Amino acid sequence: MLNESTAADDKIRCDACPVMCYIKPGAAGACDRYANQNGQLVRVDPHILLERTVSQGGRLVPFQATGDWDGKIVHEANIVVTAIGAGTTYPDYKPAPFIVSSKIDGVDMVTVVTEGIFSYCGVKVKIDTDRYLGPETATVRAQGEAIGHVTTSEYGSQMLSLGGVHHLTGGSKKEGRVTCDALMDLSNCKAVDLTIDGGANVVVQAGCPPIVNGLVEERMRVGCGSATIGMFAKQWHGKVDEVVVVDDHITGVLSEHQAGKLLDIPDTGIKMKGRRSTPGRYFQVAEPGTGWGGTRISDPLSVLGPFDAKKARPGMTMLMVSTTGEHAAFYELDEALRPVERELPVDLRASVERIQENCEPALCTVLFMGGAGGSLRAGVTDNPVRLTRSVKDALTRVTSGGAPVYVWPGGGITFMVDVTRLPAGAFGYVPTPALVAPIEFTLRLSDYAALGGHMDHVRPLASLKENIEKLQMFSPSAASSGVRT
Amino acid sequence: MRRAPQVSFLADGRRLHLQDGPIDLIIEASGNEADVRRAYSAAARRFTGLLDKLCDELPLLRQRANPAHCALRGKVARRMHDAVRPFAADCFITPMAAVAGAVAEEILSAITDNSRLARAYVNNGGDIALHLTGAEQFTVGLAERPDAPGLLQTMTIRADDRTRGVATSGRHGRSFSLGIADAVTVLAQTAAQADAAATIVANAVDLPGHPAIVRCPACDLQPDSDLGALLVTRDVGELSGREIDEALQGGVASARKLLAAGLIEGAALRLQGEMIVVGPKKIEPFGFRAPLRGPAAEGAIHA
Repeated sequence: MLNESTAADDKIRCDACPVMCYIKPGAAGACDRYANQNGQLVRVDPHILLERTVSQGGRLVPFQATGDWDGKIVHEANIVVTAIGAGTTYPDYKPAPFIVSSKIDGVDMVTVVTEGIFSYCGVKVKIDTDRYLGPETATVRAQGEAIGHVTTSEYGSQMLSLGGVHHLTGGSKKEGRVTCDALMDLSNCKAVDLTIDGGANVVVQAGCPPIVNGLVEERMRVGCGSATIGMFAKQWHGKVDEVVVVDDHITGVLSEHQAGKLLDIPDTGIKMKGRRSTPGRYFQVAEPGTGWGGTRISDPLSVLGPFDAKKARPGMTMLMVSTTGEHAAFYELDEALRPVERELPVDLRASVERIQENCEPALCTVLFMGGAGGSLRAGVTDNPVRLTRSVKDALTRVTSGGAPVYVWPGGGITFMVDVTRLPAGAFGYVPTPALVAPIEFTLRLSDYAALGGHMDHVRPLASLKENIEKLQMFSPSAASSGVRT
Repeated sequence: MRRAPQVSFLADGRRLHLQDGPIDLIIEASGNEADVRRAYSAAARRFTGLLDKLCDELPLLRQRANPAHCALRGKVARRMHDAVRPFAADCFITPMAAVAGAVAEEILSAITDNSRLARAYVNNGGDIALHLTGAEQFTVGLAERPDAPGLLQTMTIRADDRTRGVATSGRHGRSFSLGIADAVTVLAQTAAQADAAATIVANAVDLPGHPAIVRCPACDLQPDSDLGALLVTRDVGELSGREIDEALQGGVASARKLLAAGLIEGAALRLQGEMIVVGPKKIEPFGFRAPLRGPAAEGAIHA
């Protein structure tokens, strides 16, 4: 009926039912089941069976198929059933919408597919930057509402902890709504504008470079200042008398550093500000900021005191560089032993470029973290705690939208998942406010029965496939709209 | 030739799912086993061919309803017209505004005609026709947005209430809205009346000319929309508390008028996290949402 050559702006008439909708490209018919995708009529049922052979339509996530799990995965002919769009009940005391049984190698497998409503959830954000985003524990805001806080600084990155039950339901209605929206957008890999009290404005989008105060952060630093000295000492040896790698965390000084000592680099009489940790390693050479190496300085000489006249001599050379190589300057001491900036020699420029080259692209990473509480577990089994035990005992594998998760040890089923590994639009929300996230539990049918599973609701995989004539990952809204009941 | 609708039970084995084209019905009847079986087969029988019959008159159903005259012939089509007729003199409305409720009502009447049921409902995508007897009651959950699961509040409808229809309209549903309400839920004596009234009240929740509201002609989105070139709401930006209240008050005024005219039994209007309830119906807080402030004594309350 329809062919590939149909012009992109052509409406098509759907003949799936007597309503005979005219459907514009990119739109769906009155039923939300059929849509016009580039002039082709496609079926867009909200419940998604991921069929890898048609993965061109959207980024699909391979099911966790390796490891010591000998029970195989619920897949047949490259189909994975995910919870996206499975719908759920609230509170979740009814059996989960889809409990799928698929027979493989004589072992009946069960995937309990549901969309969990997570009031206890949040995201952990890792922002690759040396720039100062704000003080630890400072409040992080979206649209002026407190949605989380700044937590630890990690290697080349700043962590934020956003959401959680206090912001979702403990504050004002607006705080809850804004938090919920921000969490959903971050989890669906959309950009979210955040401001940090006493710090920076940062645009965070999973899998994309952070934008700090309007500037795109391109590189993650190669290492701390001290590590940079260690990595490049040999390349600087003989080309320059002194190197200072300016870093908010640990500033490195070549002549004093162990790496310099091993190369017999002589003392230069350099005097660093800040607090000396071990030889050649200094803390707190300047206030944190968005200047050189995550400090707030724009003139690197401001981290130096006067050179020691007993050791320094006129004509000595010094390279100052930041941990990403983004900033670099070259100096020569004059007769009064004052550093005077000179043009950066070609061979030293190469070492600066080498630092840049070794810096990985700066990214934001977003991990969704949620706890599967009693009611969600009850959708899976009539004895909820057995599901928890089964997960802990590794008899039950937990996935989210088909993506692998990290399940925290300890009580409950609290998991984390990299949101970029889920298909687009996998997360939704309910006005509680809480996030709706897909979660799948996969286990042997016999184990499922043993833990009190809803055996009378187990459906063969084929019964789901019958309802899916053609899979297209069409749009996030179709993917997340759930089953209408 | 008649097309066959899809007939199946939901996973619980109790609720019947009927689907044909854009119509999705969830039906549950309670009574003795034979009556329930008879009711379900009556539903499937009545549903077969219903869409075809409606589509025969689709061009007329998509035209503005004439308050003085109904040229439609089909039973469901006439039900749709009857439901929108009270509004047709004052504003643009087509019988399509009541299609979901009218279909639900028609199927409900088919299943209650020949079976003795304690209670039953036909839920057509949120537009619900109810059957209640004796001490039976229904608890209806209010959802903020039709495209997200989860309940905000619940309402209890008892057999001695006049309400037999519940419908929700708003800008997130399948059909377009001229207003900006996230959801307007209406209780009325029939599902078709509730459906039409929900459309009217949802359209009345509006801030004409507000820069944060994106509108576009309905026909640009759906070439054959019954709303033609009327501007429908595509997006609503962040509104201030005062603006939200102003918009909701427009809907409240409309709902109060319909309540006074006996066209509805109650309405709950929701916009950007704020809700106003109009009418005598007791609407109970659900879950751990903030409780309502006091009883609905003066007819309208803010939650």
